[in-house]
Amino acid sequence: MTRWTPVCELAALDPERGVAALVDGVQVALFLLDDGRVLGVANHDPFSGANVVSRGIVGTHGERTTVTSPMHKQVWDLVTGECLDAAGKDPVDLAVFAVEVRDGTVHVGS
Amino acid sequence: MTVVSPVRPTGGPTDPGRVVVVGAGMVAHRLVEQMLARGEHAAWEITVLGDEPYRPYDRVHLSEFFDGRDADALALAPTVWDDARVTLRTGDAVASIDRDEQVVVTRAGVRVPYDNLVLATGSWAWTPRTTGIELPGVVSYRTLDDVSALRDWIQAREDTLGRPLRGAVVGGGVLGLEAASALQRLGAHATVVEFADRLMSVQLDEGGGETLRVRIADMGVDVRLGTGATRLVAAPDGAVGLLVLSDGSTLDVDVVVFSTGIRPRDRLARESGLAIGERGGVVVGPTCRTSDPFVWAIGEVASYEGVCAGLVAPGNAQADVVVDQLLGGTAEYAPAPEGTKLKGVLHDGVPVEAASFGDVNALTPGALEVTFADPVAKTYKKLVVSDDARTLLGGVFVGDAALYSSLRPMLGRALGADPSAFLAPEGGAAVPSADLPDDVVVCSCANVTAGTVRGAVTEHGCTSVADVKKCTKAGTICGSCVPLLTKLVNTQLEASGVEVSRAMCEHFPMTRADLFALVKAEGLRTFSEVVAAHGTGRGCVVCKPVVASILSSLGVGHVLDPANAPLQDTNDHALANMQKDGTYSVIPRIPGGEITPEKLAVIADVAREYGLYTRITGAQRIGMFGARLEQLPAIWQRLVDAGMESGQAYGKSLRAVKSCVGQSWCRFGVQDSVGMGVRLELRYRGLRAPHKFKVGVSGCARECAEARGKDVGVIATERGWNVYVGGNGGFTPRHAELLAEDLDDEMLLRVIDRFLAYYIRSADRLQRTAPWVADYPGGIAELRKVLVDDTLGICEDLEASIAAHVEAYEDEWAATLADPVRLARFASFVNAPDTPDPDLAYTPERGQVRPARLGEVSDPNPVIARTIAVRPSDVEMEDAL
Ligand SMILES: Cc1cc2nc3c(=O)[nH]c(=O)nc-3n(C[C@H](O)[C@H](O)[C@H](O)COP(=O)(O)OP(=O)(O)OC[C@H]3O[C@@H](n4cnc5c(N)ncnc54)[C@H](O)[C@@H]3O)c2cc1C
Repeated sequence: MTRWTPVCELAALDPERGVAALVDGVQVALFLLDDGRVLGVANHDPFSGANVVSRGIVGTHGERTTVTSPMHKQVWDLVTGECLDAAGKDPVDLAVFAVEVRDGTVHVGS
Repeated sequence: MTVVSPVRPTGGPTDPGRVVVVGAGMVAHRLVEQMLARGEHAAWEITVLGDEPYRPYDRVHLSEFFDGRDADALALAPTVWDDARVTLRTGDAVASIDRDEQVVVTRAGVRVPYDNLVLATGSWAWTPRTTGIELPGVVSYRTLDDVSALRDWIQAREDTLGRPLRGAVVGGGVLGLEAASALQRLGAHATVVEFADRLMSVQLDEGGGETLRVRIADMGVDVRLGTGATRLVAAPDGAVGLLVLSDGSTLDVDVVVFSTGIRPRDRLARESGLAIGERGGVVVGPTCRTSDPFVWAIGEVASYEGVCAGLVAPGNAQADVVVDQLLGGTAEYAPAPEGTKLKGVLHDGVPVEAASFGDVNALTPGALEVTFADPVAKTYKKLVVSDDARTLLGGVFVGDAALYSSLRPMLGRALGADPSAFLAPEGGAAVPSADLPDDVVVCSCANVTAGTVRGAVTEHGCTSVADVKKCTKAGTICGSCVPLLTKLVNTQLEASGVEVSRAMCEHFPMTRADLFALVKAEGLRTFSEVVAAHGTGRGCVVCKPVVASILSSLGVGHVLDPANAPLQDTNDHALANMQKDGTYSVIPRIPGGEITPEKLAVIADVAREYGLYTRITGAQRIGMFGARLEQLPAIWQRLVDAGMESGQAYGKSLRAVKSCVGQSWCRFGVQDSVGMGVRLELRYRGLRAPHKFKVGVSGCARECAEARGKDVGVIATERGWNVYVGGNGGFTPRHAELLAEDLDDEMLLRVIDRFLAYYIRSADRLQRTAPWVADYPGGIAELRKVLVDDTLGICEDLEASIAAHVEAYEDEWAATLADPVRLARFASFVNAPDTPDPDLAYTPERGQVRPARLGEVSDPNPVIARTIAVRPSDVEMEDAL
């Protein structure tokens, strides 16, 4: 059973940028896209070891929506968590988190 | 007694085995580099033994020591020493060779056995027997220790005497002139004493020598020809004080540099019974073997056909031959015709040019000389051609040596045009370049032919001059062939139809400069507009910050504008520079490095309270490190309240203006460098550019602010300011080049305005000013026409864009603190805005903290971490074993 934790109002998110949320001690990076979707991946950047994924730049690669680590510029698919560009390292994917917006409130599933 | 005994690599009898190189100089380095590049499949190990205490360094650019390049900066590609097959031992001379036992013994007693021995001991600086040569203040000019002793002596002697020094250089060859220029740059007056009747007497004919004399005298260097040094006399305190010349006259001197020639360091070889040339040097044949088949000699110590080289190029070619031979090849050394170009001699920062190649004095029977001398412009150019005026036999160029690099490769070949066509003032037009035959050597230092350069483009996929340099090493040593190299590469790229992708990223098919022009021309104002008009997709980490920077430069999209928020990388978003653990640095602007005790106290309080690691940065300001995202507003509130503002240490923008103390306090300063530094910093603060940029201001020619290592360097003169552009430190150091001279304050600002605005408009993404200036078509001369003479008629527009920036400037932190919407960005977690990231951990180091490594004693609170006791953790213990 997915447990849904409310984390914030949708209005607290800026389009095409991320925020970090603390869900049961786990750091989740949440991104509001231009088309209104909210996506969640792990905030922990496996390459640098710092919790900074939420502070990366959102973009596209072909049809895929991406986020880039602000630390050493690795790129992940925001929907699948797949590492698309490991910047010369061995690729490591990000965990993805289910996100739902209900009545203007963002919920993260766990 | 220590015995270093590398296990003999298992391999066939034809493998190089244990190769021992005596001498860790330039040519030894080349040998190792080539062995690594080519010896992949053979069994070998190399041990290089050097007596100097440094890794092999770039002796050719030794004079740049005075520009702040130390042993590390001058080191030749040091990565070769990381290879497991290579061992470098420095600071211990080889004392003897036992050829029967095949072992060398060092002065410290280390025995190193060899299968193949390579002598690469170079030369020593020879000085004539002169009474008083041992006096303090008399030096040679060959090694890093020499130049550092020279600098130390000048500093100390100047302090003792309390006045600028009088220097003399004995020897008026290329090295002597380089040393004289160095003396001048160190603040001493210089006199050059030359026994021959002209300067650079080995390389120049009479006309060239005379033109050079005039040019050197113009620098303020006294030139004494036709006389030599006979005696040095001590001053009352025992240091050198007087130089007596052979014509009976004397010179008062406080420092004397001897540059009177070099002699091969062949003592080891002599004592071990190897054949020695009549004029010294270890005799080698075309394979570079000595009289012992297991011993080779390369570089200045090798005597081939009775001659020892005095340049690096032949030594490099010999190193290549030995590597080939060791690997079973059949390469042979054939001396290539050489040329010489004066370098490192600066007149007010501008190089004095003199160069020659081939039959300089037209000694070939029937040779014709075509000369063009301009006593007003102080230039002298001569071509020597065969009796039918078709074949190029030699050339002399003084005052303007542009022809040297393009014509020298044509030596011995058909010129293809009337010789005088090359020499006429507008003559450059006829210069051959792109159509050089494949076998012509373009870079003689690295021995690279035109064919190899073309091959680098067509076969190895190089798409830029930088790629080709890396791939072939052409142009990486003396650099004189770079203009020619650039032409060749560009022509080849075009000819090969190699579609050099100029796309910024998958979203924009053009360069930053082209996009800038489009955005400006069409008045686009947002990323959405820009991407709709010229791109695809929703952007990425490459193009978004570029567009943000362009919009900011055009004054339509302020860094803080909410519409631009998604475009900014985290640094510009958080107005702070992200550190390795995800926290940020806090660096307030400290213009001119001037800070009041009151502000210092506030910085101290903040740092203590938040447990921030604090240090003076390289840019004359104070950095506090380890501030968490959610702490930034409170920290900055304190700083802003105390009258400080953002230092933009996070932006692709002006960082800081470094200055020396200048006229107000310094006894040498001729202008108020701090005042100008502050003025420039306040003018360009916050200006966004393709990359960060730095400015330096020095109050006199001593250049204590190291301004020529900055993007914009300003150096005071008696009459105003000289401005230099395109300098860089960092990974690829480069000296800024002179853009304009003797400007008054107002004109200085205008020229810098123009330079910066033009750079912002036309540089590529993440291109610093150094490569931008270097790659600018036509170089600094062309840039000068555009920015000083306004040949494109754009200067007014350029100045206006900077004026608009100055007008619109606001402190980014003060504005942020006043805006609740923006402040919401600074939350650690959207659902727990003040909870620190639980994974942060700090460990004490030298009384402060740093991010902890795995397994170290640490605490999440840096204030506490500072005082915890550290015991070596398991991880460190393991490292120590
Ligand atoms: C100021 C200056 C400017 C120059 N400019 C140019 C230029 O523009 N173009 C150009 O082509 N050339 C130039 N040269 C010359 C160039 O530096 C030399 O040709 C080149 O360094 C020769 O290389 P090498 O390896 O044979 O000798 P070196 O580079 O001198 O190396 C020999 C090394 O062997 C060491 N050594 C000697 N004996 C022993 C021993 N018994 N045991 C251990 N180590 C020993 C020496 O200390 C030295 O470190 C310049 C030289 C100077 C000093």
